[in-house]
Amino acid sequence: MDLARRFDVTPSAMASPDEERHPAPAGRRRRSQIGLAFIAPFGALFALVFIVPILYAAYLSLFQERLIGGTTFVGFANYGKLFQDPQFWDGVGRVIRFTLVQVPIMLLFSMALALALDSMRVHGTKFMRATIFLPYAVPAIVSTLMWGFLLGVKYGLFGSLNDALGTDIDPFAPGTTLISIGLMVTWAFTGFNMLIFYAALKAVPRELYEAAAIDGANEFQVVRAIKLPALRGSLVVTIIFSIIGTFQMFNEPQILPTMVANSGVTTFYTPNLYAYNLAFTGSQQGYAAALALVMAAITIAVAYAVQIRGLRNASDQ
Amino acid sequence: MRPISSPRAGAGNASGAPIRRSGRGRRLYTVENPKKSTTLTVMTVLFTLYCLLPLVWLVINATKSQADFVSSFGLAPGRDFALWDNIVEVFRYQDGIFSRWLLNTLLYVVVGATVSTFLAALGGYALAKLDFRGKRVFLFVVLGSISVPGIALAIPQFLLFAQLGLTNTPWAVLIPSFINPFGLYLMWVFTAEAVPTGLLEAAKIDGAGEFRTFLRIALPMLAPASVTVLLFSFVSIWNNYFLPLIMLKDPAWYPLTVGINQWNKLGSSAGNGALVQNLVITSALLTIVPLIIAFLSLQRYWQSGLALGAIKG
Repeated sequence: MDLARRFDVTPSAMASPDEERHPAPAGRRRRSQIGLAFIAPFGALFALVFIVPILYAAYLSLFQERLIGGTTFVGFANYGKLFQDPQFWDGVGRVIRFTLVQVPIMLLFSMALALALDSMRVHGTKFMRATIFLPYAVPAIVSTLMWGFLLGVKYGLFGSLNDALGTDIDPFAPGTTLISIGLMVTWAFTGFNMLIFYAALKAVPRELYEAAAIDGANEFQVVRAIKLPALRGSLVVTIIFSIIGTFQMFNEPQILPTMVANSGVTTFYTPNLYAYNLAFTGSQQGYAAALALVMAAITIAVAYAVQIRGLRNASDQ
Repeated sequence: MRPISSPRAGAGNASGAPIRRSGRGRRLYTVENPKKSTTLTVMTVLFTLYCLLPLVWLVINATKSQADFVSSFGLAPGRDFALWDNIVEVFRYQDGIFSRWLLNTLLYVVVGATVSTFLAALGGYALAKLDFRGKRVFLFVVLGSISVPGIALAIPQFLLFAQLGLTNTPWAVLIPSFINPFGLYLMWVFTAEAVPTGLLEAAKIDGAGEFRTFLRIALPMLAPASVTVLLFSFVSIWNNYFLPLIMLKDPAWYPLTVGINQWNKLGSSAGNGALVQNLVITSALLTIVPLIIAFLSLQRYWQSGLALGAIKG
């Protein structure tokens, strides 16, 4: 049928429906201008908020602020300095370690909860779905305050626990702070990811389950053969969102030091905290701009790598 | 997918009655009405408790006076029920600056979310229903920008806005919030699905201009999508901390998030100010109550937005 169409050279077959409706080239040109008018407000602001700042940061990253001589052009010296800066790599290493541990745990919980709620074998499904999603609505500042007080030794539950048991557990000691931050981040985002998985499971045609039941498949076979494959696409999306989220971690380590002393949070604890401190307390804006750009590049590269891998695996199926 | 593929499913259906009868014997185990599982329920309840714990803690401690907060057990009520006193004090402290922060937040949220949703609808409509030059490039750049970390962008934004003299004004917070690439994406997909092109053509034949067609025909059909995008913008602007933190110096323009942390710092280990943790906790509770209400009452719109997010993958 396709072939027949291709060799059919009558004029009516050659004109696509679109051209039939707008035969005059003049009309076509007007249409393109109208489309541009609709997109222009978004496009102009997008340029102001996304494109120009990135270009400006790229420009600034070529300069250094010095006590003597003021701001001087230094070429790529800021980038060279950055790649040899142990404080920067300390932060990068920390967010990578954090991502490798926290993201799999969180997504495993999200997926298990989505499967549990979707199975309709849980009492109070609606209530629990809403409650688990609720932390997503809580601002990071409020969540850090709550968890900071809650886990803190001074006013929190661990203080009471230590008093009662005579133990000396401190969730915000230099060695444990990152785990506590993981607890906060997992708390905030498990529900969000769960709903993404849940939405994907709801999109599975019900007939597939009925057919599986008729074939005598048990619950685990249904999960393995129907539900998990259906979650593959959302898994890629949630991994990418999570990586972008943790690579730019800022709020928790920025707020924590005002709540607990000696938490081990340094001024370069995460790359973004470092960039913030460089730009606003160190007034090394050129260096901070270089850092922000390199971090953005690393994040995009990792996100793309995950996406390409995810797509390749999906097409293998 | 292999073991239970659709051809086999089709065969199961086609062979009909005898198999279906054996299925009826196990009705409790079917998809529509499965047996509830205690193990799964207990596991889900445990996680739900983890999600509720800090919120319960917040509510309990918002009812305590500062003296009770310091002395009593975290999950037990204090000696006095001081919630009302705390709320009054939150609005009185530092000449009532909390109401100013609340109004600022409302300004940023209402203006930011409305404008960003309208721009997203306009742009999404253009992408879905109109032709224009450079559409592919535009799509590529905007969708690519979703993966640019917002905070990596905030410092360049600050440097540029400082150059333009916009920092320390509400515009510094508002302008970045006007652009919501994910909202544009959602609107694009919704428009392509929910707005029939024929209807738009008909309106144009009747003499309506492009913009009138958009306002009168397309926009009403995009109402559910608009609520979804509004909700996403609402939460992200209400919760925004980093951008206002770097853009604003004058506490009179702070939103709630930055303001609360200002109070929190007063009693910090480093500061010498008075401890006002009861006010910090009560103001934190007041900050999340509107969000929680918006959340629970508009749940189904989250669902539809995230469903599209999932399809994207």
